[in-house]
Amino acid sequence: MIFLSQIIQGVLLGGYYALIASGLSFMFGVMGVINLAHGSLAVLAAYALFVLADRFGIEPFLGLCLVAPAMALVGWALQRLVLERSARGGVLVPVLSTFGLSIIIDNLLFEGFGADTRSLAPYIGDLSYDSWSLGDTIAIGKLAALTMAVAIVLLGGIQTFLNRTQIGRAIRATAEDSDTAELVGVNARRVNAIAAAIALTTVAVAGAFLGMRATFDPYAGGAQLIFAFEASVIGGAGSLWGTLIGGIVLGVAQSLGALVNPQGFFIAGHLAFLAVLFARLSFGDLGQRVRTALTGRNRS
Amino acid sequence: MSASRITAVERWTPASRIAVAAAAIIIAVLAVGPAIFSANAVDKLTTLFIYVILALMWNALVGFCGLVSIGQQAFFGLGAYAAIRLANWGVGVYPSLFLGALIVGALSWPLSLLMLRLKGGEFAIGMWVMSELAHLLVNLDTLVRGETGTSLIELNAYASGNRRALTYWCALAAMAGLLAIVFRLLRSPLGAAIQAIRDNEQAAESIGVRVMSAKRLVFTLAAFGTALAGALWVATALTFQPKAYFSPLWTAYMIFMALVGGLGTFEGAILGAVIFFAIETWFGDMGVWYLVGLGATALIFALLFPRGIWGWVEDHTSLRLLPVGYRLRFSSPDGGHTRAIGGEEDRRDSGAER
Repeated sequence: MIFLSQIIQGVLLGGYYALIASGLSFMFGVMGVINLAHGSLAVLAAYALFVLADRFGIEPFLGLCLVAPAMALVGWALQRLVLERSARGGVLVPVLSTFGLSIIIDNLLFEGFGADTRSLAPYIGDLSYDSWSLGDTIAIGKLAALTMAVAIVLLGGIQTFLNRTQIGRAIRATAEDSDTAELVGVNARRVNAIAAAIALTTVAVAGAFLGMRATFDPYAGGAQLIFAFEASVIGGAGSLWGTLIGGIVLGVAQSLGALVNPQGFFIAGHLAFLAVLFARLSFGDLGQRVRTALTGRNRS
Repeated sequence: MSASRITAVERWTPASRIAVAAAAIIIAVLAVGPAIFSANAVDKLTTLFIYVILALMWNALVGFCGLVSIGQQAFFGLGAYAAIRLANWGVGVYPSLFLGALIVGALSWPLSLLMLRLKGGEFAIGMWVMSELAHLLVNLDTLVRGETGTSLIELNAYASGNRRALTYWCALAAMAGLLAIVFRLLRSPLGAAIQAIRDNEQAAESIGVRVMSAKRLVFTLAAFGTALAGALWVATALTFQPKAYFSPLWTAYMIFMALVGGLGTFEGAILGAVIFFAIETWFGDMGVWYLVGLGATALIFALLFPRGIWGWVEDHTSLRLLPVGYRLRFSSPDGGHTRAIGGEEDRRDSGAER
């Protein structure tokens, strides 16, 4: 029974990983850029929400209405000032520049807030600990369920946006071939900046849930980047629904690993990542296969 | 260009002959360092030698093979751990520094099979995941006692003066040896292949360069050298706390040194290590702002001067101190003046291909 409970907790945990991974996956899929400051930016958003709640009494869900647009602007600026220029120097330079950026963000946060761990949990009332119980041993946290729901809505929303809207189609066209997209009248620079703004909006949402479900500190960004990366690679890099599958696989692996050993939580997560990676490199893309099996289509 | 005539293909220049001779003399003088320098200076120089190794190894991996890794701290930490583990099993403490690094290097060979199939940013973070995993697995060893850590207590068998000198000589020998290996490697036919991969991987493959085996060799060499640096670090610091050794900050230092010095230039790695060492000496006390400054400098160099200081020197002068490429000397029929073109000339144009 504890086994089943752990699996359920793992699936719900996967909702958070899918949430944090969605922006990374989206950016990689659309712009071909892996943003190493991704985790640090999520932590930055969490701190922004913390300041709003702590100093100004604005509760996190309301605060997100301010922080999400602000992060979208950060995304726009990130694309214009850092990523665009980096991408001209080849595929290596964005890795170096975004890693440099993450060091700047982490240490500025440390300078501003010190080493204390913070949490948004105190500002969301009983949502942080309330749960529905199913039988004697299984409890489903309301916050965990909400996280999962938001992840599904967010991923579905991005997917619909990419498929159905004019700008979504422009983004996909630019991702496919930016030169040809320019030929048919797409402004690739503008499209990429919009895509970065969207990615950073999801980062703001992920930061909110990071802060509500646990504690964070200025150097928590690296771990968030790694979780996001693992979820997106397990699911097949660049694919949005694959990211949800990837998050769930990662969460379940971690929850089961925790049963074996106190350190097993992280070890099992990394091992699951490596196993999937090895399988993917040897036998093809897991996420792609699952999607193909589920939808009967090749491209989502 | 078509009107000019190639008059010579040269590798050595007068300046580079002097530079190599000077390097040999400097290393010879440094070898008697413990007899002339103060204890503090010996410790500082040991640190500098380790930085040179780190910069050289990261530069070999990234600058010459185009493999950006954010996980080189895995090898740094594993090298330190392997030394402690071997010394605890009764291997002599100084031999265990080198033996441990060899073992880590050997382990990195099968690892390269998996990791090198990742590309670009995926390889970079994939290596970071490997480093986190290595950190967690090292913590499982009861000798390490989790994050509390342990120390290289076997070093207590040596008086502190002897220990300082021995560690210094080990670091100097490791640095000189690795510099010589990388210099020889890059000047060999295989080195030409490696530099061709850096310039344009597809083009290199199309003319018959065995890209994967060349990359695996450099990956393994970098793992060995970085592990040796970690083992030497634990010999100077004495204590081993897994969190401090497996920190991505080490990779940040390596990036800083290689980027500022000049990515993909042999001299740049050494220059970058010296600059980093000086900055750390002057500003290291500033703590957080020092790290912000390092990150900002790395960001600015990546965006504005991706070829670093030595890259600028190579672009604007014909100065080559430790040449690893060939140069063509042209004479133009009208003016009769000669000019040299470095073997690295095409690199900036092919940047987008990498």
